[in-house]
Amino acid sequence: MRRHPAGPSNVAAPPETDRAPHGEGRVTVLAVGAVFVLWEVLVRLGVLSPIWLPAPSAILAELARSTAEGELPTHLGATIVRVVPGLLLGVVPGLVLGLLMGWSPRLRRAVDPVIAALHPLPKIAILPLFMLVFGIGEASRIAVIAVAAFFPILISAMAGAREISHLYFEVAENYGADRRAVFRRVVVPGSLPSALGGLRISVNAALTVGIAVEIIVADRGLGSLVWLSWEVLRTELLYATLLMIALVGLGLNAGLASLRERLIPWEPERSSSG
Amino acid sequence: MIARGEGAAHPQLAPDQVRFSLHGVTHRFETRRRSTAALLDVSLAAEPREFLSIVGPSGCGKTTLLKIIAGLLAPTSGEVSYGDGAGPAPPPNALVFQEHGVFPWMSVLENVAFGLEMQGVDRGTREEQAFEFIDRVGLSSFAHHYPHELSSGMRQRVGVARAFVADVPLLLMDEPFGALDAQTKLALQAELLRIWRTDRKLVAFVTHDLQEAVRLGDRVIVLTGRPGTVGAEIPIPIARPRDLARDRNEVTELSWHLWSLLEEGVREDLAMGR
Repeated sequence: MRRHPAGPSNVAAPPETDRAPHGEGRVTVLAVGAVFVLWEVLVRLGVLSPIWLPAPSAILAELARSTAEGELPTHLGATIVRVVPGLLLGVVPGLVLGLLMGWSPRLRRAVDPVIAALHPLPKIAILPLFMLVFGIGEASRIAVIAVAAFFPILISAMAGAREISHLYFEVAENYGADRRAVFRRVVVPGSLPSALGGLRISVNAALTVGIAVEIIVADRGLGSLVWLSWEVLRTELLYATLLMIALVGLGLNAGLASLRERLIPWEPERSSSG
Repeated sequence: MIARGEGAAHPQLAPDQVRFSLHGVTHRFETRRRSTAALLDVSLAAEPREFLSIVGPSGCGKTTLLKIIAGLLAPTSGEVSYGDGAGPAPPPNALVFQEHGVFPWMSVLENVAFGLEMQGVDRGTREEQAFEFIDRVGLSSFAHHYPHELSSGMRQRVGVARAFVADVPLLLMDEPFGALDAQTKLALQAELLRIWRTDRKLVAFVTHDLQEAVRLGDRVIVLTGRPGTVGAEIPIPIARPRDLARDRNEVTELSWHLWSLLEEGVREDLAMGR
């Protein structure tokens, strides 16, 4: 016996599909909120010691105080004027060399062994050497940050350029493109998606190494504030500073995401790895 | 026309001077493990302003042949020459690749204008000319779209428009209408004949569609075997200007004749693959 369906099989899709993103967002907010409320309550009840885990309200109060008195902004400023120039000094040559190495097998064969040997070195370990070379001032610190930012984008830009289909080079050559035009119209745009992925890693490496450098040698900067608040056991300030470092990271990554949308309007689907 | 760039080697090359001839051209692809012959002792010549169709079963080296004519590939042995005293350098030419080779990072407009951009034509002029051909291939409302937003047939039309706009005396087309539906294909064949009638470039048109080869060409070169070699040369006596509707019986007749020449080889290939 054949059963007839009660109605057309393609009835309107259930509305959850539309609502899902909002719903998920709400659940996340609720979950995080619940954790904070629990945390606050446990500290106030004396279950958790404020020495190593101050209440969220205390941390926020410290963040507000420290910001108002200019302590946190001063250190934030010191970190930014170190990390941003270091980042630019590392990323620009890293990008250019990476693209050229991806494009030219000869250059790649010549330089790749050097890169392979230097890349795995923990960058912070170069600091003493740079202090010998550049002195104990800002220059050596910025140089270490630059080195940390240099490698990730180089490697991604090189991989990106190598992945460009040979077909596009043939098309460009067929229409009479010279080397300059090939670089500008094929190599650069073709490796941009990969290179920007590397830029993201470079930014995070620069921030990480920047904070590490400050913990070791600087007397100003978010890293040194982290260390100072540990030494004097100002736990609220320690957390407030960590919060600030996280916010800097978030801001940098958000900036990168919007940069990506502007530079690669032709990308079929933006991966939501933001 | 050629004076606006790319023509350094051929400063005054007019369409009635552009020809090509191949003498005993053999091409092998060498990999570490093996050497595969794609073309074996191919000799053929095309006269100025001729429309030359090239047919043959898949894998018989049609694409390799076009790349050699375009100067993108140097033959393993044999000679290629162009025009009267033009020497061994290929004249400015546009190759429409089978995989269309439309740059994903450029809009339709930028892609179509690419040849002119490489010739140093200023932006306004090249966009105006590009728009004209985008319109002719039926993509005017997609001029500012990126390739990923187009169907594969539309991308192929972008590749065709790009070759037309470049306005070079030698047009090499590798199954340019392969991904198109039957109706669009007929419309673009008519458009190609119309453009060819006014500009009278030398066209080498590779296809696996026998009717297409007959409908468009002055002569059909039949490549056979693996490696490919010239199996037959059939003049197509259908009067110019061609009219797709009027010529349909003659086209059918001649394509059956072509099929009779190809049939044996195709059957052998099928038997070998079994």
